[in-house]
Amino acid sequence: MAGSTATLDGAAAAAVTPRRRNNYARRYWWFVVPCGVVVLGTIIFPWIFTIYMSMHDFKLGGEREWVGHANYVKLVTDERFLYSILRTLYFTALSVVIPMVLGLLAALAFARKFPMRGLARTIFILPMMATPVAVALVWTMMFHPQLGVLNWLLQQVGLPPSMWVYAPDTVIPTLVMVEVWHWTPLVMLILLGGLASLPIDPYEAAKIDGATPFQSFWHITLPLLAPFLVVALIIRTIDALKAFDTIYVITQGGPGTASETINIFLYLQAFAYYNLGYASAVVVVFFSIIIMLAMVLLWTRARVKASG
Amino acid sequence: MTRGITRRTALAAGAGLLAAPPIVREANAQSAFDWKRFSGERIEVSLTANPRSQILIQNQREFEDMTGIRVGAEAIPEQQHRQKFAIEFASGRPSFDVVGISLHVNKRQVGKARWCTDIKALMADPTITAPDFDFADFGAGAVEYSTQSDGRMDTLPEFTDYFILYYNKELLAAKNIAPPATFDDMYESARRLNDTSRQIYGNVGRGLRNANVVLYSSFLLGTQQRDFLDAQRRLISDTPDAIWAGEFYKKLLRDCSPPGVSGFNWNEAQTTFMQGRAAFWLDGVGFAAPLEDRTRSRVAGKVGYAVVPRGPAHHHCAMFGTAFGIAEQSRKKGASWMYLQWASGKANQLRYLTSGAGSPARTSAYRNEEAISQSRFSREFFNTLIESARISRPGLPEIVPVTEFRDTLGAALTSTIGGADVATELRRATEAFRPVLEQSERAS
Repeated sequence: MAGSTATLDGAAAAAVTPRRRNNYARRYWWFVVPCGVVVLGTIIFPWIFTIYMSMHDFKLGGEREWVGHANYVKLVTDERFLYSILRTLYFTALSVVIPMVLGLLAALAFARKFPMRGLARTIFILPMMATPVAVALVWTMMFHPQLGVLNWLLQQVGLPPSMWVYAPDTVIPTLVMVEVWHWTPLVMLILLGGLASLPIDPYEAAKIDGATPFQSFWHITLPLLAPFLVVALIIRTIDALKAFDTIYVITQGGPGTASETINIFLYLQAFAYYNLGYASAVVVVFFSIIIMLAMVLLWTRARVKASG
Repeated sequence: MTRGITRRTALAAGAGLLAAPPIVREANAQSAFDWKRFSGERIEVSLTANPRSQILIQNQREFEDMTGIRVGAEAIPEQQHRQKFAIEFASGRPSFDVVGISLHVNKRQVGKARWCTDIKALMADPTITAPDFDFADFGAGAVEYSTQSDGRMDTLPEFTDYFILYYNKELLAAKNIAPPATFDDMYESARRLNDTSRQIYGNVGRGLRNANVVLYSSFLLGTQQRDFLDAQRRLISDTPDAIWAGEFYKKLLRDCSPPGVSGFNWNEAQTTFMQGRAAFWLDGVGFAAPLEDRTRSRVAGKVGYAVVPRGPAHHHCAMFGTAFGIAEQSRKKGASWMYLQWASGKANQLRYLTSGAGSPARTSAYRNEEAISQSRFSREFFNTLIESARISRPGLPEIVPVTEFRDTLGAALTSTIGGADVATELRRATEAFRPVLEQSERAS
């Protein structure tokens, strides 16, 4: 009997559910089509085409020739590309860690009440509103080793002048300085929002238990703020990885190739040398690096959530 | 008795009146050139943003009134413009009819892909070429620059840019130093003029990768070898002559130029010279205008002009050039050709010269004594231009991957300013670029 019941139930399910599912699908499937076409046209097709192009030797104005994986083999042995990866990681690490630390300190400061706090907060977030190219042009003038205001300021306080972006050793830290000035306010805003949402009960309990301000920060604020820190970390990492405008305007990858990150290398290959096949291979490799970093960040986020 | 006006006479007279304007226009065309032939058409012009394009755009109305052709002109910064027109040409449907081209960068690329039409046929057609066009007026070097290796002339010369020596008269006079005649003189004088305690430097120049190759080539042109390629079009940028030029570049920029010069492009060099902080500056002729601008420059009125000093074997100055091309796909080639005749015409070329916007490709501009005497630039400036035209030679090799070449060699040169060995760096750069060039030459 059980078997016949199961058969009946199965028949009933087969008679009703699939048809309903079909009806449902048939009715709503067309609503997905426009979105699907857009995704196909703007994401999937370009990706497939980029991979296809990466397997060709194609220069603008010339013939296209199939070369298989030769562009990837060339990338592995291209010293200039390999160094550009290292520079990108160096630039990204500094451009993420420093704004995170400074942004956290600024958020903690602005979370407290003090006179003219609103005005101070407004002034602090001003850099974030400036156009990157305009910012870069102004910084370029300030970095001039002989005529720039920064070296003049250093000399006023008795410090030796710096070469800023005009020497290979100092160019990336200097570019990071611009990045930090520009984007620390964003980290501060995210973390300030996080601090405003924290409950006050744990702090009161900690105070009763005699916790010091640092203990409160370390054992209460930091763990509770962790989800916001991870969001700021992800946004900053993405921004730093795709940094192009500031670097290109200020140094164009120089002196020599000292500030040539993957983005600059890619731009030059595609739009200065017109090596579209090779540039496509760079895109594929760069995308793979970003995917790996994204997975690490998402794993970190998942761990933070789990521990919370 | 005669009859009055008959119906037949009236019809004949009416028909005659209706037909009169075209007949008169045709008759005029035979006696005087018909600039209005393409009246009513509209052409698109894509130019690089610079003072010369500004002159053309400012005076565009003059062309429109003369021809009845409407012009939509855009001027885009140099780097972006090169990318834009290359991509549009490659797409097969460029949005412009006329395009401004840097011959020292894009000549081979444009010629190889046959993106621009051969203007020889247009020039030979008297119905669309003004009798006073005077092709012979263009300098021989400029015409050669506009002609492809297969004999096609796919651009009309506009501007020839010569490297000249700018010097600060005040600084030289203070130490009783004359403008240098040779590279060795230049180095010795620059060393004497160098005064780091006052932040005054003997020389300033391009040290930034890519931009610096045109300065280096000014030194290479003075050697026995002179060029980057040999007769078989093989790369020879690591020979003893190339290394000598590299050593000279290194010592001039390392010993007598401001700290940080390895990151200097023309704009940083210009700022340093304008502020009176450098005695010598070798660069393109187009910088005379900002240097003599009293509202911006501290050295206005104190700038001396001289030809590039003589090298150990030859005396040349690096030449670069721009020209106008007509897109092969353009359906308005006649109207576009009219624009080219006007844009590279005698009036505009004289405007370039007298405003300091650049050295024109036509020789008549230099012979116009009246205009030259009324110019705000000194006679020394014009004499330098005329003499530079006489000793000029292309400053970059005519190859398709010229930007890649400049980047590769330029990075090596920048390293030498930091102290790297010249021979090692040039050998490394040559080995890196040689396969790129060979592949490009095979494809050509």
